[in-house]
Amino acid sequence: MNVAPEADRVSSLADAGRRRVLKLGGLSIAFCWLGGPGRASAMMNARSQAGDAAAAAHDGNPPFAPNAFIRIDPDGPVRLVMPAVEMGQAIYTGASMLLAEELGVGMDQILVEHAPPNAELYGNPLLGGQLTGGSTSIRATWQVLREAGAIARTQLVAAAAAQWRVDPATCTTARGVVVHADSKRTATYGALATAAGKLPMPAKVQLKELKDHVLIGKPVRRVDSVDKIKGATQFGIDVRLPGMKIATVRASPAKGGRLKSVDDRAARALPGVVAVLKIHNAVAVVGEHFWAAKQGLDALEIEWDAGRNAKLTTQDIRNALAEQSTHGKAIVAREVGKRPDGKLIEVTYQLPMLAHATMEPLNATVHVTADGCEIWTGTQVPTRCVDLAAKATGMPVEKITLHNQYLGGGFGRRLEEDIAGQAAAFAMQVAYPLKVIWTREEDMRQDIVRPMYHDRISAVVDADGKPVWFGDRVTGASVVARFAPEAMRKNGIDPDAVECAEEIPYDIPNLKVEWVRHDMPEGLVVGWWRGVGPTHNLFVVESFVDELAHAAGKDPLDYRRNLLKKNPRTLAVLDLAAEKFGWIKQPPSPRTGRGIAVGEPFGSKVCAIVEVEVSAQGEVKLRRAVVAVDCGVAINPNTVEAQLQGGLLFGLSGALFSEVTIKDGAYQQGNFNDYRVLRINETPVVEIYRVDSSESPGGLGETGTAIAAPALGNAIFAATGVRLRSLPVDRKLLVQSPDALKKVVDASPDTEPGVA
Amino acid sequence: MYTLKINGASHEVNAPADMPLLWVLRDLVGLTGTKYGCGIAQCGACTVHLDGQAVRSCVLPIANVGARAITTIEAIGATPSGQKIQQAWLDIDVVQCGYCQSGQIMSAAALLARAPAPTDADIDAAMAGNICRCATYVRIRAAIKQAATGKQEVQQVIVPQEARS
Repeated sequence: MNVAPEADRVSSLADAGRRRVLKLGGLSIAFCWLGGPGRASAMMNARSQAGDAAAAAHDGNPPFAPNAFIRIDPDGPVRLVMPAVEMGQAIYTGASMLLAEELGVGMDQILVEHAPPNAELYGNPLLGGQLTGGSTSIRATWQVLREAGAIARTQLVAAAAAQWRVDPATCTTARGVVVHADSKRTATYGALATAAGKLPMPAKVQLKELKDHVLIGKPVRRVDSVDKIKGATQFGIDVRLPGMKIATVRASPAKGGRLKSVDDRAARALPGVVAVLKIHNAVAVVGEHFWAAKQGLDALEIEWDAGRNAKLTTQDIRNALAEQSTHGKAIVAREVGKRPDGKLIEVTYQLPMLAHATMEPLNATVHVTADGCEIWTGTQVPTRCVDLAAKATGMPVEKITLHNQYLGGGFGRRLEEDIAGQAAAFAMQVAYPLKVIWTREEDMRQDIVRPMYHDRISAVVDADGKPVWFGDRVTGASVVARFAPEAMRKNGIDPDAVECAEEIPYDIPNLKVEWVRHDMPEGLVVGWWRGVGPTHNLFVVESFVDELAHAAGKDPLDYRRNLLKKNPRTLAVLDLAAEKFGWIKQPPSPRTGRGIAVGEPFGSKVCAIVEVEVSAQGEVKLRRAVVAVDCGVAINPNTVEAQLQGGLLFGLSGALFSEVTIKDGAYQQGNFNDYRVLRINETPVVEIYRVDSSESPGGLGETGTAIAAPALGNAIFAATGVRLRSLPVDRKLLVQSPDALKKVVDASPDTEPGVA
Repeated sequence: MYTLKINGASHEVNAPADMPLLWVLRDLVGLTGTKYGCGIAQCGACTVHLDGQAVRSCVLPIANVGARAITTIEAIGATPSGQKIQQAWLDIDVVQCGYCQSGQIMSAAALLARAPAPTDADIDAAMAGNICRCATYVRIRAAIKQAATGKQEVQQVIVPQEARS
């Protein structure tokens, strides 16, 4: 197919109607608004652009660097610069496949490199900047990287054809070699690099048809596996520099509090303690090694000014959200038709704050000298880290260098640059390179948590129990208002807060979806957590649809199927999951149940079926999970499976166990002993099935997470008759009783107690 | 001063007696493959072997190591069980972010060395102390079984790296 020039393509995307943009999902909904035609030219581009030369020079000035992504040296592997960061989602593999497919090299012939902070060269057009998130990396690069590979290949072929005085169309490529079969001549890409580098860019390139792909669509091993199984991968926490010291930090436990005073005499007396450093809200102890720093930190006598949140509790926020839901100003996100008279079913759902608990605790290494500031950290937002470090040190951004690292998990936590800013503020007080590592406790207590929500969801149903009107009033804090205020809609809606609520897959003629904004107390910062809006809204919507099915006396699968008649792609994943699971209407044995949930998060269609067994004591055992997905073209089926397996389990873990609570303005959880997460002995079989599709790729990194909790809640209802309208799962409600058993039979939302 | 036998070589380290082996390895010896995750033996990211037994190095004071041989992720591939586990990890492509995987592989290698044909219950018992936030557990289970039996555990077939393009 012919590819339109980049600028046209991006602007046509930006010009597309709101509905089309919404389909992108997640963070991208918010950020699309940043990436209009005006900004498009400052985003990644398949063609060389201003700034490429400097970037290539930084990368050792290879003779052929046709764009920001490809570096071909006279010998050695082809170097590919990765626009998105690697935090486990296998984007280094997916991006390499897109480039390698069109460039004509094998996956064993490449070497991947982290991109420097440079939004002009590596900015994600769906997010309007150099951010990795929102399950957008493949969607944002699917065209650009293939085109980048094709442009490079065209130039290499042209260079060979010119040397051989043959028609470029008579040349082929394979594994980094241009071949002219008729004359039996070959030349490696390395040998052609210098000549290719002098040729003009082709005006147009022809991308391969789907059927001709040799990499795309095949399950390919991750490019980072070999190092990761040997412990050889360098994460941010592994950075070692000559003369480096190691610090660990305690910041005000109370949100928004400040440092009042520190008695550091005992700490300074400890062997290996080098210094005690202060900033307005935190203190760091520097040691020759982490252990000295940690011992020193524990020996400090710190006095905090807890500030305005000194008495804040979780219940305060819960109450305020409930109050705001009733009396606050509701903004309409989407309204279709009017609410008809009829039987109204209305219930309330509540969701907790969640911590990320990435396995690698937050850390950053910073070296501030008179000449500049160098940062080593694993971040989803490299340019934001640079900006914050510039602010912290008072240096211009040109003086800040950032070396991105592999991320030991992201899940949205590393979309925040706070660690880089804090580390820079401490490092500018010392001459040596300073590695700041947060303890697990600090990582959890200074997390930027997923916000709480209070949602009132309702439906008017006809005589058959089928919804003729759908209503949802979401109440919560806004992540977008802080993170990217320019991405708020003109009417004040935070697009993330209503995602997967304002557009649901079902054929319901009338609906009204509203949002009530309720800001958290100053100092309590909330942020992105894997799946963000869809994870929150799909739990509420899909639990409620299950309630409607049971209220109508219908099988939850049949009920959904009936509402999806006009939505073939989503109906197909529902049917595939049901078929693979072997869905039957009756639970297989007492206290065992299956739950189904379906949704359209992140531009993919997904259905999960979870089977649980609930003990008489209320313990939930996950027995089996089946996920069916239509993610459009699957770049790497190996990744599709891995991301859905892991994503689903991440969501199940959160729904089963996770909640951050507040007392005295501080988070109460600090480590895996009081913030429980899923372990292997609690992990069920998870089967992943895919509907073959030639549609444009959908997102995958958060898709499994977003569909997990409702499938779990619905399974628990099927097993116990208890409808969980808040998370995490409250085992006390699941203790076996005759009442609960009876409810399995004649359950109805009308007769069940709502959430207190 | 302590003399430690790490991956077959002798290392002299100057460290306080209560310093956990994890930080000795990472900050003094420079072996960063062993990871810090929790500091309280809850997550298993710091798992190493002492005379072939899996231990959590984040809570093991250096004074308690004694003459026992320390093996870390950097050298586990030289042991028969470690080699099998790493190969199975590659064949099944277990890793995602990879941060916990050093610990996972160390726990799995210790399991395989003492139980050549581990059951699901054996795997649960040996691996429940290793958290993976990417939740690669399904593939970890498959990889341990594949390492034990040599039989392919999952339908997934990874295209060899030299796949033609």
